[in-house]
Amino acid sequence: MSSHYEAPIRKPLIIGDKNYHDVTVDVARPVEGRANRQWWIAFSIALAAFLWGVGCVAYTVGTGIGTWGSNKTIGWAWDITNFVWWVGIGHAGTLISAVLLLFRQKWRMAINRSAEAMTIFSVIQAAMFPVFHMGRPWLAYWVMPIPNQFGSLWVNFNSPLLWDVFAISTYLSVSLVFWWTGLLPDFAMLRDRAITPFTKRVYSIVSFGWSGRAKDWQRFEEVSLVLAGLATPLVLSVHTIVSFDFATSVIPGWHTTILPPYFVAGAIFSGFAMVNTLLIIMRKVSNLEAYITIQHIELMNIIIMITGSIVGCAYITELFIAWYSGVEYEQYAFLNRATGPYWWSYLLMMACNVVSPQVMWSKKIRTSIYASFIISIVVNIGMWFERFVIIVTSLHRDYLPSSWTMFQPTFVDAGFFIGTIGFFFVLFLLYSRSFPVIAQAEVKTIMKSSGEFYKRKREEGGHDNHSHSEHNHH
Amino acid sequence: MVLGLLGIGYSFFTAPKTIEDVERIEAENAAHGHHGDAAHHDAAPHAAHGSATEATAPSHEGGEAAHDTTHAVAAEAPHEAHDTIQAEAAVAAAGHEGHNNNDGDPHTQEAHAPHADAHAAHEGHDDAHAAHKEHEEHLKHTLVQLQNKPWSALYVSALFFMLISLGALAFYAIQNAASAGWSPVLFRVMEGISGYLIPGAIIVFLVFIAGALDMHKIWIWMDKDVVAEDHLIQAKSGFLNKTFFLIRAAIFMGGWIFYRQYSRKNSLAQDEATDNSYFKKNFKAAAGFLVFFIVSESMMSWDWIMSVDPHWYSTLFGWYVFASFVVSAVTVIAMVTLYLKSVGYLEYVNTSHIHDLAKFMFGFSVFWTYLWFSQFMLIWYADIPEEVTYFKTRIEDFNLPFFGMVVLNFVLPILILINTDFKRLTWVVVLAGTIILCGHYIDFFNMIMPATVGKQWFIGAGEIGALMFFLGLFIFVVFTTLTKAPLLAKRNPLIEESKHFHY
Repeated sequence: MSSHYEAPIRKPLIIGDKNYHDVTVDVARPVEGRANRQWWIAFSIALAAFLWGVGCVAYTVGTGIGTWGSNKTIGWAWDITNFVWWVGIGHAGTLISAVLLLFRQKWRMAINRSAEAMTIFSVIQAAMFPVFHMGRPWLAYWVMPIPNQFGSLWVNFNSPLLWDVFAISTYLSVSLVFWWTGLLPDFAMLRDRAITPFTKRVYSIVSFGWSGRAKDWQRFEEVSLVLAGLATPLVLSVHTIVSFDFATSVIPGWHTTILPPYFVAGAIFSGFAMVNTLLIIMRKVSNLEAYITIQHIELMNIIIMITGSIVGCAYITELFIAWYSGVEYEQYAFLNRATGPYWWSYLLMMACNVVSPQVMWSKKIRTSIYASFIISIVVNIGMWFERFVIIVTSLHRDYLPSSWTMFQPTFVDAGFFIGTIGFFFVLFLLYSRSFPVIAQAEVKTIMKSSGEFYKRKREEGGHDNHSHSEHNHH
Repeated sequence: MVLGLLGIGYSFFTAPKTIEDVERIEAENAAHGHHGDAAHHDAAPHAAHGSATEATAPSHEGGEAAHDTTHAVAAEAPHEAHDTIQAEAAVAAAGHEGHNNNDGDPHTQEAHAPHADAHAAHEGHDDAHAAHKEHEEHLKHTLVQLQNKPWSALYVSALFFMLISLGALAFYAIQNAASAGWSPVLFRVMEGISGYLIPGAIIVFLVFIAGALDMHKIWIWMDKDVVAEDHLIQAKSGFLNKTFFLIRAAIFMGGWIFYRQYSRKNSLAQDEATDNSYFKKNFKAAAGFLVFFIVSESMMSWDWIMSVDPHWYSTLFGWYVFASFVVSAVTVIAMVTLYLKSVGYLEYVNTSHIHDLAKFMFGFSVFWTYLWFSQFMLIWYADIPEEVTYFKTRIEDFNLPFFGMVVLNFVLPILILINTDFKRLTWVVVLAGTIILCGHYIDFFNMIMPATVGKQWFIGAGEIGALMFFLGLFIFVVFTTLTKAPLLAKRNPLIEESKHFHY
């Protein structure tokens, strides 16, 4: 890849006197140790929420969609809001691992593994909504173009909801393959360190016999690049297709051409916010502060700030064009968002998404862990409301005033959502105790160019100290 | 440079002539109005015109045929023909069926309805008076389109090159703000290209002033008579009015030029500095500029391009325009770099730098296509009448340029530039770059022309002359700017990384 030379003005990405062995030990520690009490508490809460969600879904499927707050006018509400929200969150993982790889951002290496895990787990949550918001979910397989006995009755390829099926399933599979490929060297590391026969066996199976030969590495790098090149258009197209669910319609407030890139920008925005939320906790509880540094958090904050500004620009564009269009329905849709019965959700969305990321212009705030954590949560709330505002406020008042109505969610709507949050954390908590949460093989490649110790050494002597690792054993 | 000088010379010879020609046509056409169906025009197009007026249902086909036969004449006449009779006949014939369904142009819609009514209500030529009146409407309409032709040709090229320069500036700002380690050896090239921003912006601004002085009708909403009849434009006059339009343009251009000059000054000062303070200043300036840029660029695209079709609107438009000129800008950066490298001026630029630029050409080409498709597909899919006319006009009247540019801007670049080895070969990058630049010129052509000249479009002497002139001017200004400073930014803290860059 790029040369070993690095400009002195770049800050180190690995803090402290770390050598290769230290990285291995630090990454393996959470996997090899035992879970503490806090982990069990968190896991129990998540599991309880998940089980409650399972109950709500079972109730919905058994009784009918009428248990939800949706009505004849507002056919889509929390279900699709949550779907889009989860898909959006899932996008940051691919962006960090694929887009930042294409842009050769070394700082991605400490965060890509967890970001990808987040992608996989949130896409799983997202995928449940399209199935369980169906009136007859047991016929969901009809969306697949499978030859059948109904005179080979086919699907209509003109619906963005069908494109969703292909988009989400492709996205999940590609992300999974991308993630797992990257895991091979790390699983092999865990396999080689395993002390119990059981863990040895497990990590032998999941590491697919990785032995780290030069040819393997060469192909590994090439595959990563190709997958990154494929995943980048994929990530854009997936959220674009999700946005087509709305933008292809003729509903005022939905039918707007900016939705594809604006949804993608929003997805990056909310996804990075979620990565920040999770990693700020993870670096603390897993003692990974040397790898996930303040600089990492700062850079994620900058991305949140940039995408937040892009989203803000899109909001203003929509408002302007609604006025400029001269279409009274369009104008009313936005007037209704700002001053109608859901004004508070519009205000929340504007405040959380447009105003809150702007504080990141201050270096003091964006390098503060507490501020970053709070803002990352604020952004996720804001982005949930963005989807809610787009979906519900456009539906509840459109062309015919006689069809105007309101939406009131039920406990089942909320239960399903809470259930997915629970499920997400169940998966994430299990992941953080059984997977190498930092791509140690990748981090080791930047040790000499971006490790604090080596950078300091270079500044002092002007040369790399190649015998460093021997001096530095603790 | 030789090519540029040739271009300048060529366009100096052609450009004024086109304007004179159109003025002459205008004068003659005023006279022609009194003649009505004057018999002294004995050209074939005129006969076709007569039969089309009499027929009802077949008249469309007849008219189309007449139009087709005269199309080439109509389009070329004002530029190349010195024979005034011929030019006049072309105007008359094209004026009959040659009007288009351009939604952005109120003349058309107003004119079209009575036209259809007249044909439906009166078999044959009972109502000669109505036909005559309608004929005059068509003439008037075509006259506007033909008059717009040289102006639009000038405007498309002026805007295209100015935006390339702006795109290079935006790319430069992104590289600065992102602390990119590969590109500092190319900074002087980018600064050179952005040097065209000042003359380019002045010329574009002069076109705006000419519009405000009613010298041309590129922006139909600047025409008081049109606005008086069009309540849709009236509703937009809070935004679309001459004063505010010019003020906005001045602010946008002023802001861009200010950043360009400021960052250039800091970049040069950093060469002689003892610390990194100018580098830091440039970093902050780049971040500030990018914020200003995203806002001004969106509004610029609504003002300068979208409002030529004042009835049409699309929220995506600003980003679409951005994608179009930024890919052209990166292409120009790559081509200028390759040229300077080939003559030995860029010591530290290697194939890895070219590879990176080619990747950006590839990536932005795909990004442009993504936005093109998103905009097109969503409007096509929902098929809402007030929006869809935009693409209907383009598909019906600009079929080849409209779909051809997708081939030039997407299919060919993606096939040529996907190969890693190819991205390092000079001739491949230049080939792909030429295709991309042609494609995006056509893209801007497609954005402006359907609204201003409609079916009268043609890539003839005026268009090519303007293109050559601005290409020459662009090359002249850029390469002059490049001589003003050393081609390697000396004390940029990232320059060493960039010199050793290898991918």
